[in-house]
Amino acid sequence: MRYIRPLSIEDAVGELAKAVGPAAILAGGSDLLVRMKGGFIEPELIVDIKAIGGLSDITETADGFRIGAAVPCAVLGENKALRQAWPGVVEAANLIGSKQVQGRCTITGNLCNASPAADSVPALVAAGARAIVAGPSGKRTIAVETVPTAPGRTSLAKGEIIEAILLDKRPDHAGDAYLRFIPRTEMDIAVVSAGVNLTLDDHGVVKTARVAIGAAAPTVLLVEEAAQVLIGSKLDEETLERLAKICAGECRPIDDKRGTIEFRRKVAGVLASRAAATAYKRAGGK
Amino acid sequence: MAGVAVSTTINGDAVEYLCQPDETLLDVLRDRLGLTGAKEGCGTGDCGACSVIVDGRLVCSCLVLGAEAEGRKVETIEGMAHGDQLHPLQQKFLEHAALQCGICTPGFLIAAKDLLAKNPSPTEEEIRFGLAGNLCRCTGYDKIVRAVQDAAIVMKGA
Repeated sequence: MRYIRPLSIEDAVGELAKAVGPAAILAGGSDLLVRMKGGFIEPELIVDIKAIGGLSDITETADGFRIGAAVPCAVLGENKALRQAWPGVVEAANLIGSKQVQGRCTITGNLCNASPAADSVPALVAAGARAIVAGPSGKRTIAVETVPTAPGRTSLAKGEIIEAILLDKRPDHAGDAYLRFIPRTEMDIAVVSAGVNLTLDDHGVVKTARVAIGAAAPTVLLVEEAAQVLIGSKLDEETLERLAKICAGECRPIDDKRGTIEFRRKVAGVLASRAAATAYKRAGGK
Repeated sequence: MAGVAVSTTINGDAVEYLCQPDETLLDVLRDRLGLTGAKEGCGTGDCGACSVIVDGRLVCSCLVLGAEAEGRKVETIEGMAHGDQLHPLQQKFLEHAALQCGICTPGFLIAAKDLLAKNPSPTEEEIRFGLAGNLCRCTGYDKIVRAVQDAAIVMKGA
């Protein structure tokens, strides 16, 4: 096995593209090292991306935020501007693991690990986040929901690396929120989860909405119909009930030790309506 | 397999070592450098017994590669006391009997040190959440929380 720490994204892409055996990208390692220890992956090449310029920074631009692929989730929580603009994304990222894991884990890693139960992913999808992908044929920007394609699988081709996640600048009257159900108070994997992102007009009427459900299908679900129900409303009780019903109906969950299909459907709806109410309040709606 | 040459700083001392590319920082500390304070509990980042601080961040050394320590500053339990002078957290752990078998203790002390460095006056809830990445099968946690609360008072007065 080889361990390398390239200084440029081009070198990292080049090394990954020409790798003969299995290769792995290392940022925080909180998934990779566990999978290596468990014998699920035996990489011949590990590409540590933390020395690449810009990948460990959060940059605020005229268009919004650029979160480098190697930025630990703890750093997201320490960034006041990001916390104010995207509280739902930050609360989701900060739910991953312990303090020890927070110091290492990244939202890009959470996305690329492609677990259906990834905490930050429904929040990112609801936020309309995009990923900058660097590869052998250049760079492209894609919606985060197109990255996971199945549990443990992504749409990234050989040699491709996500170098950053982009979040838009927030207009006035905007808010997002993320909630998950776990049977304990923390340090657990989502049984089911929901992320909601809203913008309101000057009168508190929902102008745009995105609703995402996690751990309820092989990949994160972006529930368009749920968003349509919210748009034009002030999140009255009837709207929230319809939202819950639609989300429950859209789920395609599995029965496992964490929860049954019936339970996951029910809770998906409850969490979506609660997250919507929180997002609405954060957007300044009353 | 060729080794990776690493130059790092551990508890303020410049240290150089050769390690295998897939070797964890925990294994380097214990097996190559003789720093056996950090313990291997689970080896998968769940128990916190291997906690160390790297560049001011609390991490599980079992989830860090030895090669990644290049150019970093690593703090381990071995650097916590000054000679015979125990750190206030160590002293309070003794006074409150906040340990029994002791395997989890170095990890708890490092995690508590990091917690108090970032939040010198934590509430009980903040302590419990802050130390949730460290598992103890003996104490029931209560004595540990009391020891950290008491140490926080001492450290603020210092």
